[in-house]
Amino acid sequence: MAVPKIWRKIPEYYNLIGRQCPECKELYFPVRDVCKKCGCLEMTDYKFEGKGQIVTFTITRTPISDPEGENTEIPARDVPYAVAVIKLEEGPMLTAEIVDCNFEDIEIGKNVEVVFRKIMEHGAKGVIQYGYKFRLC
Amino acid sequence: MAGIVAWGSYIPRYRIKVEDIAAAHGGDAEQIKLGLGITEKSVPGIDEDTATIAVEAARRALKSSKLSPKEIGAVYIGSESHPYAVKPTGTIVGTAIGLSNDYTTADFEFACKAGTAAMQVAAAWARSGMADYVIAGGADTAQAAPGDPLEYTAAAGGAVFIIGEENVVAEINQTLSFTSDTPDFWRRKEQKYPGHGGAFTGEPAYYRHITEATKMLMKDVGTKPEDYDYAVFHQPNGKFPARVAKLLGFTEEQIAPGMVVRKIGNTYSGSSLLGLAAVLDIAKPGQRILLTSYGSGAGSDSFDLIVTGRIADRQTKSVESQINDKVYISYPKYLKNTGKLA
Repeated sequence: MAVPKIWRKIPEYYNLIGRQCPECKELYFPVRDVCKKCGCLEMTDYKFEGKGQIVTFTITRTPISDPEGENTEIPARDVPYAVAVIKLEEGPMLTAEIVDCNFEDIEIGKNVEVVFRKIMEHGAKGVIQYGYKFRLC
Repeated sequence: MAGIVAWGSYIPRYRIKVEDIAAAHGGDAEQIKLGLGITEKSVPGIDEDTATIAVEAARRALKSSKLSPKEIGAVYIGSESHPYAVKPTGTIVGTAIGLSNDYTTADFEFACKAGTAAMQVAAAWARSGMADYVIAGGADTAQAAPGDPLEYTAAAGGAVFIIGEENVVAEINQTLSFTSDTPDFWRRKEQKYPGHGGAFTGEPAYYRHITEATKMLMKDVGTKPEDYDYAVFHQPNGKFPARVAKLLGFTEEQIAPGMVVRKIGNTYSGSSLLGLAAVLDIAKPGQRILLTSYGSGAGSDSFDLIVTGRIADRQTKSVESQINDKVYISYPKYLKNTGKLA
């Protein structure tokens, strides 16, 4: 991801700032410029609290291999790692890593809360991308 | 009078036991535990660094303070493991806690006392009226080369304080420093791990600076060790702060509540500040706290703090609960989490 794109996504990644339609009050995460329900174009920022429930999850034990080290976008995570679809309390769903727990403890329906973590390093010389992951609570 | 308005702490969940580090290097775990006065240390997650630790601690401090982000005028984070050599940690923290753009920041560095140096500057800002409230603190993912004795203690964690003149829970009655050019511990540019002078880090470095700064402070405010309910000294291991306390005339009862090093190791810039956070978690109105940090290179910042009647509103026993909320990991996993093994 190019530096300007990382920079543009900081509000979403750091603080779960999505959008709300001022007309029909529908909430969106990630950011949308047009309301899917009523077509409104004047969407406003909306900060989500960062609490939700696991809808479904998967544990990746064999990620895509990179034997030649060609990929310079290095995710800040160990293998295996857990990724879940999370339904935020306010409604929208997002995909995020579940960290700081034994994988046996992850279950559909469990409550999670947001944490601030390193997401990706763009090589040893590039920028560090920070953002949201979740943990059981 | 300027003082602490709120505090927040963060300790990563992972721990490694002295036994597991000793087994990797053929060390005698029982002797090391006795010699260093620690049993285990905290380890960062593979996705945690000084910025993420400072953000979590600052979010907790801000939430506890009930202040609006708009009231924060400056952010000063001290560390010896800022994620970037050039690009301030303070900008990441400021944005992640919801500050807009009308604040100032710069990163602090002074070995293990960078966090208390940041607090002194924050207190000066508050006293002068240049800002209503300032965020200051220390966080580190401490580095130690595999096999170096430092590896038994170098840990991860941090504590962040909001300093202001209003809504104070602990007044900063006085703060002063004792500073000299003493090369006891250092890290050269572009080096991954620090170097140190071994036993030289003791008498002319840690002990001299802490005792001189503490004596200067007590002389200045006219106090004796028995006037304090709690004393917190920098905690590179469990032994140094216990000995320096004894040399200065403080008792085990005064230092025990702040001795977090025994359970989580030395969190460098977070070390004495996590000790202070643990004490604030249990302190009562009217009690007096002495805090003296130590940073290699070398200097000590000493603080005379008096707890106010507002303290109970902020107490969550957060340090104690985080110390007890832990997951043990193996030595290879520790090497991965700290970037020593790809």
